[in-house]
Amino acid sequence: MSALESLGGGHGSGQHGSSGLDPTAWAAERWRLLLGVRLFILSEVTLFGALFAAYFILRIEAPSWPPLSTLHRPELGLVAANTLILLSSSGTIAWAVGRARADDRRGLVRGLATTLGLGAIFLVIQAWEFIHNGFGLADGVFGSTFYTLTGFHGAHVFGGLVAIGIVLNRARLGLVGREHDTPVEAVSYYWHFVDAVWLTLFLTLYVL
Amino acid sequence: MKLVGAERLTTPGLPRAVLGILIGALIGLVPVGLAAAAGLAISPAHLLLFGYLGGLLGWLTGIGAFRFWIAWALGRPIDPAEEHAAHGRAGDRSRYFRFTTDHKVIGLQYLTTFLGLLFVAGTFALLMRLELAAPGQQLLDRDAYNTIMSTHGTLMIFVALNAIVGGLGNYLVPLMIGARDMAFPKLNALSYWLVPPALLVVLLNPLFGGYDTGWTAYPPLSERANLGQQAFVSGFITLGVSSILSAVNFLVTVAGLRAPGMRISRLPIFVWSLVVTTSIVLLATSVVAAGLTMLLFDRLLGTSFFAPAGGGDPILYQHLFWFYSHPAVYIMAVPAFGAILEVAPVFARKPLFAYPLAVASFIAIGILSFMVWAHHMFVSGMADFLHIPIMVTTELISVPTGIVFLSALGTIWLGRIRFASPMLWVFGFLWCFLIGGVTGVYLADVPTNIYLTDSYFVVAHFHYTIVGGMIFGLFAGIYHWFPKFTGRIFDDGWAKAHFWLFFLGFNATFLPMFAAGIEGMRRRVADYPPELGPLNLWISASAFAIAVSMVVFAVGVVRALRSGPVAAANPWRALTLEWQVSSPPPVENFERPPIVTSGPYDYGAPLPGRSGRVPEPVGARR
Repeated sequence: MSALESLGGGHGSGQHGSSGLDPTAWAAERWRLLLGVRLFILSEVTLFGALFAAYFILRIEAPSWPPLSTLHRPELGLVAANTLILLSSSGTIAWAVGRARADDRRGLVRGLATTLGLGAIFLVIQAWEFIHNGFGLADGVFGSTFYTLTGFHGAHVFGGLVAIGIVLNRARLGLVGREHDTPVEAVSYYWHFVDAVWLTLFLTLYVL
Repeated sequence: MKLVGAERLTTPGLPRAVLGILIGALIGLVPVGLAAAAGLAISPAHLLLFGYLGGLLGWLTGIGAFRFWIAWALGRPIDPAEEHAAHGRAGDRSRYFRFTTDHKVIGLQYLTTFLGLLFVAGTFALLMRLELAAPGQQLLDRDAYNTIMSTHGTLMIFVALNAIVGGLGNYLVPLMIGARDMAFPKLNALSYWLVPPALLVVLLNPLFGGYDTGWTAYPPLSERANLGQQAFVSGFITLGVSSILSAVNFLVTVAGLRAPGMRISRLPIFVWSLVVTTSIVLLATSVVAAGLTMLLFDRLLGTSFFAPAGGGDPILYQHLFWFYSHPAVYIMAVPAFGAILEVAPVFARKPLFAYPLAVASFIAIGILSFMVWAHHMFVSGMADFLHIPIMVTTELISVPTGIVFLSALGTIWLGRIRFASPMLWVFGFLWCFLIGGVTGVYLADVPTNIYLTDSYFVVAHFHYTIVGGMIFGLFAGIYHWFPKFTGRIFDDGWAKAHFWLFFLGFNATFLPMFAAGIEGMRRRVADYPPELGPLNLWISASAFAIAVSMVVFAVGVVRALRSGPVAAANPWRALTLEWQVSSPPPVENFERPPIVTSGPYDYGAPLPGRSGRVPEPVGARR
């Protein structure tokens, strides 16, 4: 049973004229799975699009930002460092994809584990920041948009970490390699997307 | 294999899924209990939220939705035999009640679920019409009426969104493109099994005090409404997730699993309609999910997205809501157009008229549907500069819709028409959707819109478009593909009785509503001016004709399943691929991949590869 077919819930016996070993059918199945991941990410883009749209509309309607002078936007120092941490994890997962293609199992496991670690550090720092921000969800539209947008993103980071953890586990068991690299490729798409969303969040919520 | 007692509850299946709801809900309540013990304030809203999430996961675990993925995640070997068993054996009825991956089973699961829901939501409509049969209060107080009205609307929207896409779409798309199944069969089964808990929580909303906002859930009312509102939001978001997953599945299936020779210029028009529809689903659904989540946060967490006291904006909700919900109208209508255009050539024995233009129109409708949402908001107090552009785009969308209409008319024109039951629904569609479309002009024009907003004119208009479009398309499709789905022939007399009762009852009910609306009858209100009494009595009486027609349909289905004549593979002599396999098709659809050599509507030429007499079509009347 191929790993690939199970991830996508693919047809057990393969589609027409394909056996599990037929390279053309294999490539087609890989192409379909990655297309599915891309389309899913596209729908996620519209989700964050809606959240950003709500943010900008509420911000434009507000007399000033933050609307109340008692509220202050978080300091840039820590979050800038955290941004670098998350962005570097995009690099490590790209490296892991390369290692999978080179059939280097140790490198792959290291790359994924590093990505997992960087993502986890990002979440911990963000949680620390949430606690020390000095404003909450209930502090008007400022708090509402800040925590909803970063919270949605944090949930996506968490989901990505679970997915990376699963692929890491399979890589450790030797189930991911040159001919079975689709799952690594798929989670890397998702992870790059999550990073891109963060960069946009950082620029709008913290900098702009 | 006969399962008894405890064994039934430990093997994946419906009994374990029901048990899973209970266990999951209890586990979900644990964090709430811990929070209460820690001295945090707990409300019934928290219980509902966590209980629902836990119950949902418990249900999916119980039905066996996660078995494959968990085994895969842990790196355990997956038994190919077990894999195959998920597909089910032909003729095994229990596969309709299991986590089955066969797209044909899933299609029929969707279809029966949403037809059942059509009956439930229709019953709610009858309760409304009983109350409205005379001015003043009859049998429902205002709150009960509001809840019944809201639930009727919500459930019918769910039917309209899912019955054709989930039902006919799942069954037919892989067959029509010559594939063995969808691209991701397990994801497909997951999409379906997300549906029952979503419907259940919405149906149970009266237990939580109901809700009185209609299906649109506008704040500020929805921020203050009873807990039933939260049940609505939970179900709506769950169905949204299910739709997005299934949209991904459809798009990848059509992109990647077409049989050799099935070029996109040869795709059956129904498949095209689903490509456009699922693209809309993919791009729009997350937006309403975001809006509803903000509403939920406002209610639960004290955020202020739509609460002016905290700087929020209720009109923002309307923008987010209609940015999905107007395209959603085309999620309902376009697959119905597809079904109608699929049926018309078969019964007119002519090629589909202007096929490329019809496809282009679908795509144009899909794009334009994202530019018209604010015509629902002309009186909301939204930015003034939006009025004229939105009016123009709304009227623009009638151009591609008109071309679809002309495609159907051109197909029928000078055809050799068989007035079989599916074709009757095509004619019914042409009449009703025409009325729906023409009356839409008055609602797209800002001046008349301001007068007609929230009146029964609107109620009549959207019933003519959604019932006249989507439900007529659905029944055209059901009667057309009934022999394929069941292997039985639907009795022509019962089918025609159903059509005529429904068609006449529908028009008798909803045509007068235009007049009632112009006279000033308000929608969503349990009462009306006394002088509209006689008109409303007529409307209520007519509504029951629709109900009778649906009973005729139900009896007809049962009769056909029990004792209907066995259907041949291709009783209508149609050319699309699903008719080239047995009725119902074998589990793997096609023994060998079909090789497509011509378009699906080449009527007028003899059937390829056949010689001698072709059997007389069923229901033929020349």
